[in-house]
Order: sequence, then structure tokens, then C-alpha cells
Amino acid sequence: MEIIMSVLAGLLFATGIYNLLQKQLLRIAIGTALISHGAHLFILTMGGLKQGAPPILVEGIKDYTDPLPQALILTSIVISFGVTSFLLVLAYRAAEENGTDNMEQMRGNEHD
Amino acid sequence: MTNLVILPIIIPLLAGILVAFFPRKLSIVRKIAQAVFIGNLVIAGYLFYYVKQYGTLILETGGWAAPYGIVIVGDMLAVTLVLTTNIIAVACAFYAPKSLSDQQESYYFYTFFFMLITGVSGAFLTGDIFNLFVFFEVLLMASYALIVLGNGKVQLRESIKYLLLNLFSSMLFVTTVAFVYSVVGTVNMAQIALRVQEVDQKGILTTIGILFFFVFATKAAVFPLYYWLPKSYSVPNPVVSALFGALLTKVGIYSIIRVFTLIFTNEPGLTHSLFILLAGLTMLFGVIGALSTNNVQLIIAYNIIPAVGFMLMGIGIFTEESLSGTIYYLVHDMVIKGVLFLLIGAIVYVAGTSDLRKMNGLIHQYPLLGWLFFLASLVLAGIPPFSGFIGKLLLMRGALSQEEIIIVITGLLSSLLILFSMMRIFIGAFWGEKDSNSSAEHKSTRAFAWPVAGLLTLSVTLGVGAEWFYPTIQSIAQYLMSPEIYIDSVLKE
Repeated sequence: MEIIMSVLAGLLFATGIYNLLQKQLLRIAIGTALISHGAHLFILTMGGLKQGAPPILVEGIKDYTDPLPQALILTSIVISFGVTSFLLVLAYRAAEENGTDNMEQMRGNEHD
Repeated sequence: MTNLVILPIIIPLLAGILVAFFPRKLSIVRKIAQAVFIGNLVIAGYLFYYVKQYGTLILETGGWAAPYGIVIVGDMLAVTLVLTTNIIAVACAFYAPKSLSDQQESYYFYTFFFMLITGVSGAFLTGDIFNLFVFFEVLLMASYALIVLGNGKVQLRESIKYLLLNLFSSMLFVTTVAFVYSVVGTVNMAQIALRVQEVDQKGILTTIGILFFFVFATKAAVFPLYYWLPKSYSVPNPVVSALFGALLTKVGIYSIIRVFTLIFTNEPGLTHSLFILLAGLTMLFGVIGALSTNNVQLIIAYNIIPAVGFMLMGIGIFTEESLSGTIYYLVHDMVIKGVLFLLIGAIVYVAGTSDLRKMNGLIHQYPLLGWLFFLASLVLAGIPPFSGFIGKLLLMRGALSQEEIIIVITGLLSSLLILFSMMRIFIGAFWGEKDSNSSAEHKSTRAFAWPVAGLLTLSVTLGVGAEWFYPTIQSIAQYLMSPEIYIDSVLKE
């Protein structure tokens, strides 16, 4: 199971990085979302995918899944939500102000 | 008493929330910001004194013992850097009202400023690797907002690149934490260090070490990963650039110091010789960049990079002397980069342009500004009585004791070129005949001068009073060379 999940996380990373290297701003934003999905899935996998009850204390159950990676993922998800929403607004404003959403054309020379 | 150590994180956090309620009442907000930063500086100073006197302060948040809860570890290195951070914050708080327009200030500048300081102090003080990630995000979120504050065309463009780069490296940080967790089963730094020692740092752990280095080197702008820094640091307002230049890359360097003196110390042949190689390239490429442009803000921004190289070189050589050189240089560089960005802000303000070719003869009208800049250049380049010299001297002696001749030559050469790049600004902007037709009216720089002069005095004191500071720095380096002290004091064994 861990192997399948690792391959899946790898695929998410690969498609995410492919999208990051595109020219259109929106595709780059999608790329970052894919990468963060990959990273979160990866935490879950690396915490171990053993069988067990959800980590809520119930009498009589001895095996639980590891609660720590889930807490880490939850934190990381919220953070990347915040950053992604900021990125989307920033991308919108930058595209509006610069008149293009093509990263190739967002290279200025007014500082040289 | 151990609660003292969390105050440098809590106070700016609460103050940031407080000033978010009335962003338009600028006169009150400014007073609050200045008062809070001075208060915070006093507390950081007392914290420094307390830790120096009585040893490392450890706060187990929520009363949970070390590997299970989050610990806040105030050791000498962390409190020294927190103290330096707060000194720079005070100077920037007094500089900001003059530098920013009222409109920019009223768009929650002070809230973001407080959050930035919260994140930086938190990153210095935490003892938990995932908590370090969270504090990185706190300071990065504040920095995204600050870099785009003012909403200029160039700012929008450059902040997208800055944000994307940092988003990517943050995700890589999370991935690396996942790797660490799967190998050693903990996220507490002391316990990671203990377990890494127990299993003798096999191949996978060295790989994780390099991944950590990649993440922190992106934040700190080490050689192949510095491409984002110069432009994104030269577009925001000078006071924001000063905060970034003084604090953000230094958090990356601090994390490299922490991770590679505490956790991954068992394979120095691989990791630390990589650092020396990259440090040399960082110095060279940074200084070449500084010589390549006529934009004064870009020149200063490029000058951050060789300084990062110097500090990385000290970590790579990894002797007590070179580490004390790194720490000395770290404190010196935080202060002097703050000074330089603030000075450049004043120069751009009075000249009305950031193009070196369009400036001329400013010294006739602004002698104080000119001589302050001259002094700051000497401090940066490491001319003997000043603080840059002592840091570099310790680094060079450390390198010579390990017979790393090439890095010594590279370091000295790049120091010469740093001096050259700074003198180019001094000669270009301050010397020469006064232009009769352009920028005739005299603008007051008194409000700019005070915070800068204060910081510069501190910087000169750091160099002239080196005898007084050196024992503290040396004890920090000794402490870093023996990680078991940290591990024992956190895990209470």
C-alpha cells in the first residue's frame, strides 16, 4: 500500500512541477496545488499506513492509526490554503496590472 | 520564569492583532508600534542577560515533557539572534513613518510588521522541526504581504516569483519533515538528533540532511538557489527591504547552523565539504552580480549573497573558531544590512532615482548621509577596526587551520570586490559636481538619519568592542560544537 501511495505522490509531484514550468499563471497556480497535494499525501504515507481505528479514544480498541501525521497534514493544508488564495488574488492583480498572464512577458528591464 | 522565553513571540503577535483594529488612526498605531518594539527589545535584552547568567531556558508548552509537546528553547544562539532582530525592528519602526506613504501604512503595514517579527523570533526559538515550518510560514505570509504593499506594477510581478519560489520550498520542507518522521519517528529536534546519533547517520539520513540544506539554502540564497533574491528584495519599500535583508535570509542561515551542528554531524566529509564549495561560489557570484548593475538598490541586494557565502563557509569548516566567526558575522551582517538598506532608501529618496548614473554630488547637500554611507561601506567590507573584520578574521583563521587555502583566497577576493561595489556607489552618488538643474530643492533627511545612525553606532561598537563580545560568541560556538548539551537539556536526561 505504501508503495502505491508513494508512486501516486510522485506522480502528483511530477505533474505539479510540469505545470509550474508552464507560462500561463493559472497553470502555475494549479501546479502549486498539485504539489501540495503530493506533499500531504506523502506525509500520510510516511507516517505508516497500518490498519487501525481512527485516532479517537474508544474503550476496548487497542490499535489506532498514527495521529501525529494527521495533525501535521491538517496544519499544512490550512497553511497552503492561505497561501494559495493569496497567490490567486496576486495572480489576478498582476495579470490585470501587467496586461498579461504570460510569465515570459513578465520580465521587466526598468531596473537595469 | 521559563515563561519569559515565549514573550518575544507573544508580544508582537498580540500587538499585531491589536493594531489591526484601527488601521486608519496612524498616529496612535505608530506610537503603539514604537512603544511595543522598544518594550520587546527590553524583554529580549533581559532574556539575553538571564540566559547568559543562568543557562538555557526551556519552556514546555502546555506542560508536556520534551519529545511529546512543543518545546521553546532559548539557548544563547537563539536569544542573541532574537535580541539582534528586535534592535533592527526598533530602528525600522522609527524609520517606517518617514519612508512609507500614509496610505501604505494604513493598509495594515504594522500588523504585517509585527507578524514578521513574530515569525522570525519563533523560528529562532523553537525546538521542533514542524513548528519551525509553521513559523517559517508565519514570517513568509507576512513577507508576501509586505513585498506587494504599494501595489506597483513591478512589485506585483516580482512578488509572484517570490511567492512561487517560497511556496515550492515550503512544500519541499513538509516533504522533508515527512522523511524525517518516517526514519526516526519524531519531530522534536533534540530527539531527532539523539536518534540520528544512535543509528549512525546512514545514507538515507544524509540524503535527508541534504534535502534540509536545499530547503534552507533556498531561503538563505546560497549559490545555485539565489536567483530569486536580488530583484524581489530591491522592489519593495526601503524599510521592507531592510527587514527582509536583515532578517529573512538569516533565518535560513540560522536553520542551517542549527540542523548541521545539532542533527547531521556524523558525515562532515560529505555535507560540510559541499558547504565549502557552495560558499565559495556564492561569494563569487553574489559579488559579480553586485558589480553588474547600476541600480543602487540591486547592488545592496546582491551584497546579501556573498555575506551568506561567508557564513556558510564557517559552517562548512566546522571548527570552534570558524563557527564563532560565523556567529559573529551573522550578528554583524544582520545589523549592517539593515543599515545599508535604510541608507539606500534615504539616498533614493533624496536623489529621486535609483539609477547610479543619474546621481551626482549628493555630498554637497547631504554630508551626514554621505559619511554615514562611507562608514557603513567600510564596516561591510571588513576594514580593521569595524565588525566585519573580526568575523572575517575568525573565518579565515578557521579555514587556514583546516588548510582550505582556495576558500580563503576566494573570501579575500570577494571582500575586495564588495568594497569596490560599495565605493562605486559612494563615488558615483556622492562625489562630483553638484547638478545645478536637477533635484535642486533640499529634502530633509533628519528623520531617516536617526534610526540609521543608531544602528550604525551599534555596528561600530560590535567591532570596536570586540573584546567584550568575543567571549560570549566563543561560548556559543563551543556550545554548538557539543550538541549533547542541547539534547540533554531538552530531553532532561
